[in-house]
Amino acid sequence: MFASSAGMLNRHQKQVHALDGIDLDIYEQETLGIVGESGCGKTTLGRTIIGLIAPTSGQILFDGQDLVNASKDAKKSFNREIQMVFQNPYTSFDPRFTIIKCVSEPLKIHTNLRGAALTKRARELLEQVGMPGEILHRYAHEFSGGQLQRIAIARALALNPKIIVLDEPTSALDVSVQAQIINLLQDLQRQFKLTYLFISHDLSVVQHISNRVTVMYLGKIVEQNTSEAIFEGQAHHPYTQALLSAMPSVVKELRRKQIILEGSVPDAANPPKGCNFHPRCPVAMPICSIAEPVLDNSGAGHPVACFVVNPIEKSTDEMIQ
Amino acid sequence: MTTVAPDLEIPIEDIKAGKRVTEYHLMWWAFRRDPLAVLSLVILLGFILGAIFAPNLTPYPEQGRGDPNLLEKFSPPNQGHLLGTDYLGRDVLTRILYGGRSSLAIGFLVVIVAVLIGVPLGAISGYYGGWIDNLVMRITDIFLAFPPLLLAIALASALGASFTNTMIAISFTWWPWYTRLVRAQTLSLRERYFIEAARSIGVPSWKIITSHVLPNVMTPVMVQATMDLGGAILVGAAVSFIGLGVQPPLADWGQMVSIGRIYFIERPWYAGSAGLAIFLVTLAFNLLGDAVRDAADPHTRRVVDVGR
Repeated sequence: MFASSAGMLNRHQKQVHALDGIDLDIYEQETLGIVGESGCGKTTLGRTIIGLIAPTSGQILFDGQDLVNASKDAKKSFNREIQMVFQNPYTSFDPRFTIIKCVSEPLKIHTNLRGAALTKRARELLEQVGMPGEILHRYAHEFSGGQLQRIAIARALALNPKIIVLDEPTSALDVSVQAQIINLLQDLQRQFKLTYLFISHDLSVVQHISNRVTVMYLGKIVEQNTSEAIFEGQAHHPYTQALLSAMPSVVKELRRKQIILEGSVPDAANPPKGCNFHPRCPVAMPICSIAEPVLDNSGAGHPVACFVVNPIEKSTDEMIQ
Repeated sequence: MTTVAPDLEIPIEDIKAGKRVTEYHLMWWAFRRDPLAVLSLVILLGFILGAIFAPNLTPYPEQGRGDPNLLEKFSPPNQGHLLGTDYLGRDVLTRILYGGRSSLAIGFLVVIVAVLIGVPLGAISGYYGGWIDNLVMRITDIFLAFPPLLLAIALASALGASFTNTMIAISFTWWPWYTRLVRAQTLSLRERYFIEAARSIGVPSWKIITSHVLPNVMTPVMVQATMDLGGAILVGAAVSFIGLGVQPPLADWGQMVSIGRIYFIERPWYAGSAGLAIFLVTLAFNLLGDAVRDAADPHTRRVVDVGR
């Protein structure tokens, strides 16, 4: 939950629930894909997990320890375990820093490596992501987006993290370069037993890289399932279905009937009553504008937050009557 | 590998030889091609060196320090006194060289003090935001609410008329501009991912400010500082003109114009040459500032993609 400030001297504070009721598990060495359209809170989720934003309530557990209320020292050690790769490689590097300074920044904060040992480690990191070690003394503006994203991955790997949050790491890149980066990420995952949180709105990329997929809409999780199931016909939430129908395909048989969603994502500061999705939902029922659906396995065998999918409990039904 | 617009000679050989090309190299290469920039640099160096070596350059150093020479009162420009003499018979050229000491010193010191106060405050204000930002910005608003010359005059008269007090008074009116400039730059930097990356790694805030924020705001600060040198000298001269600045027997351009204006109709060389000195230095600093700004801006510098 976030306070959005408005007005002079912040007299009128409005509460925006950028993320609401997110209940998410990430398992070791898996890739969890987070999809959803712009403004649904994907990036906020990533930034919260890595500790850039403190949630107003809730917990983030890492190996059973709470990250949010951890002591300063504990937070520092979590910093080592969770790293992030950002969306725009061109602004991910200080224009006045040489590559070695960029890549070794985390090492200087968290380790005692200095001098020749530091240079050696930086060179090693660059070679791991397929960049020549000779570039150490050049500046970020001398590289292309794909090269920069490789360097950003090298920086994220510097402290041997367990989890890397990938916030649309390929959205600023050419399609051919995207494939290279995705392959690199998969190789590194195998090599270093990494866990990825892959945030993207590019469904085909998510399908390719993820083990499980979480679909978000306006700060809430609407559906969660394995990647195969979601992409091969097991999408139950009407929003997931609409998203998938927008996925282009070159194979005629795989093309889905397009579901066109009316309107745009509502303002997060003023979400609709009931189900967040009901104003745009093609199969909305009366209950949808009154009650809020919860994530539930009962209808589809995997978590879906939708009254159409999950049988409405009697009590809720009576409440509406 | 290196594409360079044909109209800018860049030592491509050096780049190929692996020499590192920083932003400042590019700025210097663009700067030295600008004839106005070079001219103003020459004028300024002339005044600065003249002020530093005044005792060695003039045959009348004691007059520069204020000793009268009543036998030669108001002599028009001649062989012994290229710009004539003043109401106490002192050589005007000597007084101008010595006056440059106080005027230029006020300019540089004011800007240095303003940068030292304003830049860190602006970076802190922009980086932390929240109540710190609010507090700092309200304080700068208070200072900016007064007309700068009026505030400087009020402070100088409250502190007492002297060189140091003039300097302090003008610095006081000047720093808020740097705070605002740096704050605005910091706010836009904060949106870039490299600051966020540093934060996510766990780099402490003070270190982010000193190693990421400050180096990246230095270029606009440099441009502003160069332009302000002329302005500060002008305000310093104005404060001295009304008698609240540098006091006789010390020489100062503003003070010379002030005294010389009484005799201006019959003896224009006295006030005229002091005024011309102020005009030249202020103009040169402004042109220099323009040139630094153009050199700092990749669009006007006409260098494309060096080293990519």
